[in-house]
Amino acid sequence: MEARTTLANAPSLQERAYRIRRNALRMGEVQGQGYIAQALGVADVLATAYFHALRYRPEDPYWDGRDRFLLSIGHYAIALYAALIEAGIIPENELNSYGSDDSRLPMSGMAAYTPGMEISGGSLGIGLGIAVGMGLGLKRKGSDRFVYNLMSDGELDEGPTWEAAMSASHWQLGNLICLVDVNRMQADGASAGVLNSEPLAPKWDAFGWHVQRVDGNDIGALVQAFDAARALAEPKPRVIICDTRMAKGVPFLETREKSHFMRVERNEWAQALEALDAGRTA
Amino acid sequence: MNRKRGPWRGIAPQVAQSGDPTQPRLTTSAMIASLASEGQRTSPAPFGRALVEVARNRPEIVGMTADLGKYTDLHVFGREYPDRYYQMGMAEQNLMLAAAGMAHEGFVPFVTTYAVFASRRAYDFISQGIAEEGLNVKICCALPGLTTGYGPSHQATEDLAIFRGMPDLTIVDPCDALDTEQATHAVAAHDGPVYMRLLRGNVPLVLDEYDYKFELGRAKLLRDGADVLVISAGFMTMRALEAADRLRADGVAVAVLHSPTVKPLDEATILREAGRTGRMVVVAENHSVVGGLGEAVAGLLMRRNVRPPAFQQVALPDAFLDAGALPTLHERYGISAEAMARSIKGWL
Repeated sequence: MEARTTLANAPSLQERAYRIRRNALRMGEVQGQGYIAQALGVADVLATAYFHALRYRPEDPYWDGRDRFLLSIGHYAIALYAALIEAGIIPENELNSYGSDDSRLPMSGMAAYTPGMEISGGSLGIGLGIAVGMGLGLKRKGSDRFVYNLMSDGELDEGPTWEAAMSASHWQLGNLICLVDVNRMQADGASAGVLNSEPLAPKWDAFGWHVQRVDGNDIGALVQAFDAARALAEPKPRVIICDTRMAKGVPFLETREKSHFMRVERNEWAQALEALDAGRTA
Repeated sequence: MNRKRGPWRGIAPQVAQSGDPTQPRLTTSAMIASLASEGQRTSPAPFGRALVEVARNRPEIVGMTADLGKYTDLHVFGREYPDRYYQMGMAEQNLMLAAAGMAHEGFVPFVTTYAVFASRRAYDFISQGIAEEGLNVKICCALPGLTTGYGPSHQATEDLAIFRGMPDLTIVDPCDALDTEQATHAVAAHDGPVYMRLLRGNVPLVLDEYDYKFELGRAKLLRDGADVLVISAGFMTMRALEAADRLRADGVAVAVLHSPTVKPLDEATILREAGRTGRMVVVAENHSVVGGLGEAVAGLLMRRNVRPPAFQQVALPDAFLDAGALPTLHERYGISAEAMARSIKGWL
């Protein structure tokens, strides 16, 4: 998968993001519920990661030369499965098994279940510390690969996140790129009311990180941010704070009362797919 | 009880009239007081020195600590292999996660802190970051049970209870310097997560006088006796051997089965020894009566319908323990050799 984006016939990142959203909606329909609003919101970040930035081999997901991608937010598994299907790491026909008994695609992401799932996330705040250890390990091996950690703004509540942030900076982990999905919503309501973590950029900056804050649904901006994070010569860990819109791409869900675990009625899944298709070329 | 209004746990000098008031009371001394009794042979830093040896031909072994390298003997490893030594700062949660990350990349981290911090503070990160993924991380912790007089903040009296509940985690509680050294080699050779209790500094040396070798997952009979079977782990095996000597003078024959691997238990050996007729079974451990080796053995015997004539525990009470000097506390809570011998005699 190296240099994939140089392929002249490769689908655009917008098309990749569309397909990730479509895969996620189809999985959501299997369960009748799920973290679908988060998946739709983070799809552009995942499209940019998997089809612009990451080096990997779909047929060999544990190839040592891959960039590591950690899903700290295990609840977002539906989103990562959608990306892994699009990347050819998980066969598309497994999509219908999402969240079912004995499926390789459980509701919360775990390393033991799914090819391409690097860690068992879900105990929130767990990913960044593991990324620090992987970053140290890769440096020790003399590898030039990156570790990406995808986390949510809710995970910024967790103390270990900041232990890890301090540690990454102390060890000058220039091979660590943290992606923070800021959708401003957590289990009990709006993040600002649950535990305000703003101002984010000055916080990460004060912890010694190279900081970028972008519209996480603007693929052009994401590409630039990923490129800048990878190209930076300074031996600092890098964070890309991605402001995303929950349920992005399905207008009637975007405007629905915001909820951590969005309710979608049985008859609405088909409508959601139609709405997504309608916006495909937009 | 309202702690803010007292009664205070300590006793003011003008009130303390027990004993000889002209004699100074024993002092808590250092954070880590030696367990060695006067004149006992000791060996310095058995864990650190063994790890240096193990790591010589194992470049994938790294050492990581949370600001307690010097107090866990990991500094010995750090001096020998400075580029393989990771000072992670006083952040135990991140220590465990970073060790998990290192293990993901093929390294074998030996991580050290105090047992209270690994068990109480970092539990979720060991469970979900390390054990659930079967990662090859060795968590080696000083101050297990009652090995410091600093009070409950430092006394890990429930670490075995906490960690026994964690699936796939191997738990080791070595007795002395020889046991610690051999266990370090065995733990390094084992593929999987391990929690090992550490004695550090000048550690008593006892087991070299016995026909003994540490084997992971095996309990070893150190001495035989027809009246009482003591099953023990950690330094309580040393105390059991001493108590057995005292009791022999009283005509009581005590067998000592050392079971340093607390999980998984050597069920076959324990069932065989406990199943021999006519012997009271006493489980001795440097740990609370709740959830440690004692309850593990009791559960095993009940499940397998092995019923000794009596079953007793020499263990710490289910309580937040006092601060003070270790000899005072070990006597107070019944885990000194003398107190143990007294208890056993009383149970016969």
